[in-house]
This record gives sequence, C-alpha cells and structure tokens, in this order.
Amino acid sequence: MSNVSLPKKARRIIPGFHLSLGYTMLYVSLLVLLPLSMIFIHTMSLSWTEFIAIITDPRAVASYKVSFGTALVAGIINAIFGTIIAWVLVRYQFPFKRIIDGLVDLPFALPTAVAGIALTSLYAPNGWIGQFFEFKIAFSPLGIIIALTFIGLPFVVRTVQPVLQNISAEVEEASASLGANRLQTFRKILLPELAPAILTGFSLAFARALGEYGSVVFIAGNMPMKTEITPLIIMTKLEQYDYTGATAIAVVMLVTSFVLLFIINFIQWLTNRRFVH
Amino acid sequence: MSIHIHNVSKKYGSFQALEDISVDIQSGELVALLGPSGSGKTSLLRVIAGLESSDVGEILFDGQSMTERHPKERNVGFVFQHYALFRHMTVFDNVAYGLKVRPRKTRPSKQDIKTKVMELLQLVKLENFANRYPTQLSGGQRQRVALARALAVEPKVLLLDEPFGALDAKVRKELRRWLRKLHDEFHITSIFVTHDQEEALDVADRIVVMNNGKIEQIGSPDEVYTNPKSPFVYDFLGNVNLFKGRLANGKLMHGEFALDVPDSHTHTDDNAIGYVRPHDIHIEKTNMPGTVPAKISHIHLLGPIVQIELRREDLDEFLEAELTKEQFFQLQLTIGDQVYIKPKQLKVFIPEDYSI
Repeated sequence: MSNVSLPKKARRIIPGFHLSLGYTMLYVSLLVLLPLSMIFIHTMSLSWTEFIAIITDPRAVASYKVSFGTALVAGIINAIFGTIIAWVLVRYQFPFKRIIDGLVDLPFALPTAVAGIALTSLYAPNGWIGQFFEFKIAFSPLGIIIALTFIGLPFVVRTVQPVLQNISAEVEEASASLGANRLQTFRKILLPELAPAILTGFSLAFARALGEYGSVVFIAGNMPMKTEITPLIIMTKLEQYDYTGATAIAVVMLVTSFVLLFIINFIQWLTNRRFVH
Repeated sequence: MSIHIHNVSKKYGSFQALEDISVDIQSGELVALLGPSGSGKTSLLRVIAGLESSDVGEILFDGQSMTERHPKERNVGFVFQHYALFRHMTVFDNVAYGLKVRPRKTRPSKQDIKTKVMELLQLVKLENFANRYPTQLSGGQRQRVALARALAVEPKVLLLDEPFGALDAKVRKELRRWLRKLHDEFHITSIFVTHDQEEALDVADRIVVMNNGKIEQIGSPDEVYTNPKSPFVYDFLGNVNLFKGRLANGKLMHGEFALDVPDSHTHTDDNAIGYVRPHDIHIEKTNMPGTVPAKISHIHLLGPIVQIELRREDLDEFLEAELTKEQFFQLQLTIGDQVYIKPKQLKVFIPEDYSI
C-alpha cells in the first residue's frame, strides 16, 4: 500500500509550514529584495570609473560623514535616554503615566515634515529655544541630531520596556542581599540583561535615522559640505533627472547600512549567546 | 547569631500580613515557618532579611537593632523560591558574585575567590558545573547553586523561602536531608519557610506555625504534632477526623460514642469538636464496649501504611483510619466488612474558644 511510507515524513505539530515559508519568501522578495536589486541594476549602467567618480565626489563624501555621524550620535542619545524613559515607565507609578507612555509613540505617527517644521521653528536662532543660545542649533549638525533623536525615540523605549517588565524583582533582591549596592546591581545584573534590547533599539533608531529625510531637510539648512545629508544629495540628483547618479549614491548608503547593521547584529548575537543554549 | 523578632506588624493596604509577631530564635537553630499560603510566613522572612520593612516592631540580631538597616548590611543569606539566579552568569560567577561586589578593602583576591567558590561548589556537589549557565541546570541543581551563592558571603543568618517548593518529591526529600546535614555541620542560624508540614516536621529544630498573619504555636516538631494548641494546628499538621458533638459530664457525646474527656467538667452541654488522627483510630472485628459499628468502604495499600475509609453505621459519616501492614493482615480486613471502631486518643476543642 502506498501510505505505508507516510510515517517517514517528518511530522510537524503546527500546520502550514510550507505555505507560510513560501509566503514569507515571496513577500520578502517582492517587497525588499526586488526594489533593492533595482538600485544595483540601475547603477550597473555606469562604468566603474564613473561610479567611483560619483561616489567619491567631495560633496558626497562630506554628506556621508554628516549622515552617518549624526545618525550614530542620535542613536547613542536614544539608547541612553530611551532606556531611562523605559525604566521610569516600568518601575514607577505616577500621575499621567499612561499619557506619557502614549506620547512616546507620537514621533512614529507624526508626518516627519511636520516634525521638521516644528523643530526648526523652536531651534532657529530667533525661535523659542534657539534664541537662548549663542551658537546655532538649527541649520547645524546639532539640529540634525535633534531631529534624528526625535524620530528615533520610540525604538529604544519600546524594545527595552517589555524586557524590563520581565526581569523579576527577586534578582535585584538577591543582588542586594549578597551585599551589592544599587549601582553594582544595575551594572552587573540589570544592564547585561537589558543590553540585547538596548542594542536592538539602538540599531533600529540608527537605521531609521540614516534614511530620514523629511524632518532633517527643514532643520539642517542643507549647506553643501556642512549640513547636507546623503538622502538630500540623492533627492537633488533625482530632481536633476540624474537617476543613475542617484542610485550610485544609494548603493553606497545601502551597502554601508547593511554592513553596519550586520556588525550590530553580530554584537547582539554575542551578547545574546549567554541566554540561549 | 540569635534573632529576636519583637511585636512586628505589617499591612499591605487593608490586608494584615503580619499581626504582632514575636519570636526568639536561638543561635544555631534551624526553624521552620509553617503555614498555608497567605499566612504571612514569607512576609515575615522578608522583613527579617530587610527586603521589606515592617510597619511596627523591631528585628534584633544578637541584640542589635536591624530594623533600619539595608539588606546588604544585615549579612543574611537569602535563598529564593524560584532561585533568582543571574542567568547571564555562569554557575561560578553566580557563586562568586557576593565576594566580587565587596568594596576593595574587604574583597578577597581573585585566587582566594576562586578557591572559596570551588570549595562551595564541592559542598553542593556541582564542582563539574562551574562553567555552565543556570538554564543548563535542573531545578535541584539550580537550588543548590542558589544555596552556594548565599553561603559564599558567610552569612550569619540563612533565610530560605520555600526552598524546595518548585522541586519534585524525590529531589525535595534529598535536598532537605542535605540541608539538615549542612546545618548540623555549620551551625548557622537558619529560618526556612514552607507550607509542607512533612518538610517542617522532618527538618526543623523548632516550628513556628502561622495562620492569618499570626502565630498559632511555636514548638518542637513532636510538640506541635502531638500536642497542637489550636484546631488550626491540628488540622494543618496532618490528616484528621472530626467528631462534632456535645460535651456533657466530662464526656464528648457523638452519635453512639461517649468519649472520656478529662478536665472538661466545667463544660456542660457545650458544642465541641473532637480531633482524631487516622492512626489513632482503633479497629476491632468484634463488638467491644465503647466502640461503634462501621463498614469498610475503601482500602488503599500504600507501602507500609494501609489507609482505610470507613462509614459509620450510627451516623452515616465517613472516617479515615491508618493501620500498619502487620495490623492490617492480622485483622484480615476486606471491603464491606463490618468492624467496630474507637478513637485511642482525641483532642477536644470548643468552637467558641477557637474558630477555624
């Protein structure tokens, strides 16, 4: 009988493995891989020397520095202060806690251009906050960092929050009863447990900041060589109908982001290894 | 170190977790806090450790007040029910933690820490597991790591919160014997919380029976088992048969029973409840004076002990009796047999004095 061989097939408890895997593959290919590969295909129409010339143009190189530098700083700021906000939201009870918890998500919902305009009017030299400072905040890299910090805020808070909720108070009590002070308990017990979540939040915020365009163009001032971000260079090239030039710069962004995220994921794998055996 | 707990009370909102608790614990004693869940035993342990503060009352270690001291200054070892191991650290680092966080002046050298930790791991028989992570260990092994970790700081007092509660029966028995042995070797004042009367009776020097935030009785295991001071203690420390009847002329009248109750002549016609342990029920095949007829409805053979369920003929009530195997075979009992029973020993409580 033909069904004698049936039991040999590995049985899965949850049905639909093949169906869901196929769907995942198709979905990722259509939505992520295909558009991204178009960038490479488009760039291929350039010769190697042309390509190098475009991506090493001093204005482009300066923009890489601005983009990656500000995104990194904004990511670090978010990693630190996002963790503090998550801490306060999980550990303490205070009035309007729900409202503040909801406010954290607002940068997600707000159109980024609106955020850019709002921040610019605040931090411009004659704005509410900007007028109190001797130096420029808007129209300088500092302004870009503020905008990027704003839009990246929810990532760290939302990744750290559930992890913090899951750490039992008993672990901290055990640490205290063994003679550790609060700082030691935080550094040696809590931080290692939170590190993977903070890293995830950081890499999300960082990646988001790299690609951010809408909020930054308003506050940056867009001075070539100083406050011009890479996405803006791409936009400018597109407006001049220089599609291949735009995709060439995009390739640089794409490859660098990929490498950076890969490194972050590797670090994360290292810190996570201890929990998964 | 001796511990004096002096009039300690604690409330969580409107819930009275501890009500005017006073206990003196001698240096080197192993004391069990026994009670059902919600009786306040864990709260008391946490107050002693300083993990929780009491509203009223004082905790003294060797006569010194600890009430205002932070847990890290109390020098207690605390073992949690769910181990509370640091899961990102190896077994070695877990045990070493208490030594590594000491201020530089009192911190032992790296080599000393290593020797000490390996010594402790040997003591808990986990020397081959030093480089494992807690998730790679079984429940019993984790609890032993937690014990070693608590002992590493050389505490003057060892506090254990349901230390064996999450383990299976066999490991539990093994570990509690081991704890007893450890205690006999090191003579460290220890308090452990449990809801398992067998565990408390088996391990402790003294038992503090708690209920509803109050102490019901303090005494040696034998004392609380054979001479319970309240119906609650009687009920909590083992199986029991209730004889709800009336006291009259020094006798408890219950169905056809008229049982002698010494020292009860002051009571006349009061409601009273007789408490009889299953092994104190005497079974006879022939009718003797003072017995009542009953029918055997169930027999459970459980190793050396035979549990017998009886239905009393005079009252239509069920009773539980326990016999040794020898007695059981001597009597040649089978289900449906007509037998005659009487309690060998009973303890009478008047419900007006006690409410369960």
